Amino acid sequence: MKYMHLVWGNLRRKKTRTVLTLLSIVVAFVLFGFLSAIRQALTGGVSLEGANRLIVRHKVSIIQMLPIDYQRRMEKIPGVAAATHQTWFGGIYQDPKNFFMQNPVVPEEFLDMHPEMILPAAARQAWLQTRTGAVVGRKTAERFGWKVGDKVPIQSTIWAKKDGSFLWEFDIVGIYDGRDKNTDTTPLFFRYDYFDEARRGGTGSVGWYTIRVLDTSKAAQVANLVDAEFENSSAETKTEAEGAFVQAWAKQIGDIAFITASILGAVFFTILLVTGNTISQSVRERTGELGVLKAIGFTNGQVLGLVLVESCVLSLLGGVVGLGVAWLLTSRGDPTGGLLPLFFFPAGDLATGLGISVALGLVTGFFPAMQAMRLRVADSLRRI
Amino acid sequence: MSESGAAGALVDVNGVEKVFHRGSEDIQVLKDLHLQVPAGEFLALMGPSGSGKSTLLNLIGGLDHPTRGSVTIAGERVDQLTDHRLAAWRARHIGFVFQLYNLLPVLTAERNVELPLLLTHLSRSERRRHVETALEAVGLRNRAQHYPRQLSGGEQQRVGIARGIVTDPTLLLCDEPTGDLDRKAGDEILNLLQALNREHGKTIIMVTHDPHASARASRTVYLNKGQLTREPQT
Repeated sequence: MKYMHLVWGNLRRKKTRTVLTLLSIVVAFVLFGFLSAIRQALTGGVSLEGANRLIVRHKVSIIQMLPIDYQRRMEKIPGVAAATHQTWFGGIYQDPKNFFMQNPVVPEEFLDMHPEMILPAAARQAWLQTRTGAVVGRKTAERFGWKVGDKVPIQSTIWAKKDGSFLWEFDIVGIYDGRDKNTDTTPLFFRYDYFDEARRGGTGSVGWYTIRVLDTSKAAQVANLVDAEFENSSAETKTEAEGAFVQAWAKQIGDIAFITASILGAVFFTILLVTGNTISQSVRERTGELGVLKAIGFTNGQVLGLVLVESCVLSLLGGVVGLGVAWLLTSRGDPTGGLLPLFFFPAGDLATGLGISVALGLVTGFFPAMQAMRLRVADSLRRI
Repeated sequence: MSESGAAGALVDVNGVEKVFHRGSEDIQVLKDLHLQVPAGEFLALMGPSGSGKSTLLNLIGGLDHPTRGSVTIAGERVDQLTDHRLAAWRARHIGFVFQLYNLLPVLTAERNVELPLLLTHLSRSERRRHVETALEAVGLRNRAQHYPRQLSGGEQQRVGIARGIVTDPTLLLCDEPTGDLDRKAGDEILNLLQALNREHGKTIIMVTHDPHASARASRTVYLNKGQLTREPQT
């Protein structure tokens, strides 16, 4: 610590250059934070609970429906602990930009299948007793100011009621929370029996099934058994892990992990060159001063350490500020108004970011530090 | 000629030769040089440019190694020390004063003077006390918080001297300390060096071109073409 004033002094030497370099590091880390949040939003959403869940959908595509009687057949397949279903409702609330997911489900089965959704017992009971009842996630409830007891109208873009109307009304009976940040609390779930009875077409069909396997290590075998069960039927199935299912959704717009890694790779490589150049230039400019330090007794190792600390401080400062700004900006939540419900900067990525900033400092400082360490005192004093 | 050996001299340069290699060419800067400096002496080292004065000072200060011969300071063979041990030895025994002051522009006078003390185990308050004493000795205590750019050349050199003496080194090596100053400021620096020598018993070796400066020393030796003489060579 007693050398820190030397480090600060050197960083303040050319303020404009230091500030510009710092800003470029800050921008890189803000970008890192944002891309992490986007990747999280598109590929996250599979909690640990999802590890033992499989999704069964129509083999042709997710928009093809499956018969309701598949559920009982699935439940008899060895290795299947439970099965339930959901159907894409595709509704909007008041305005098309108010997009969020609403699906009809069988309440008890659904809640048992998704323990990551925390619903008060009273609300659970009310849902079972109210045919038009719906539970909504905390985020959406807060977004629209909904509370228990409200009657909310949702306009479906797919399903008409028997009277020809596309407008459905639901009674909010409960608001659920997520067990952790990875749980999406934007969807609204309502009762399938109400939906199935009220809809004009498609009666007795569902969108997809979720099954829970008894033994996670045998999930692949169970998936094969499920698909074999419905082979050569009018609605063949494709069974996959919930994680793969979610990622398949995200992959409709590309390989998110690859895209974010590529962008970040390019950004950090550029920052590596910019910061490395700044530190190198700074070391070249004070060859004589480094010679003086060595003359008065600083060892080669101490000079090496000073330059490395200097580059690490610069990089860490930029990293902390950049990650802090990214954290603040992403903590305001989904910037798309509903398309990215799990948009947040994961704490794990924040720690990774801090690690990257230290690594960046070490890498960018390495060559200038070696250059400073190898300076011969008599030579460097002659260069003043 | 050679300065032959007073036993127990603080500085004993014995048969030193220094050769620089520039490409395929070998340049012999010092030839079989002998010099003894007793403790408490103020020695002026004169000679024309390129005569090897600064090279000799670098060898005595442990900044470079001789090609041949030995350099012994206070009984320690500095020519045999490794770079790492030499750095520690310099911190303990040598104070440097440079022609162009060589202060770090990003540090205040006080912080510049403190630099050699960072290599010691002194606490912050002890370091501060030593710095105040050194600045007091050069008459600059009231300028402690000034940066080098806010000081005149003479003042910067006095800060340089304070940095050189703050650890109370065995030997103070001055490389043309008045070379960049006007006569008045130069006189002040020479007065200061003389006082350090006379009143505090500091052993000083000063390289200079200036006969006016060398007149302040207790002894002057001349270096010409890599060898010492008692009289300047014409």
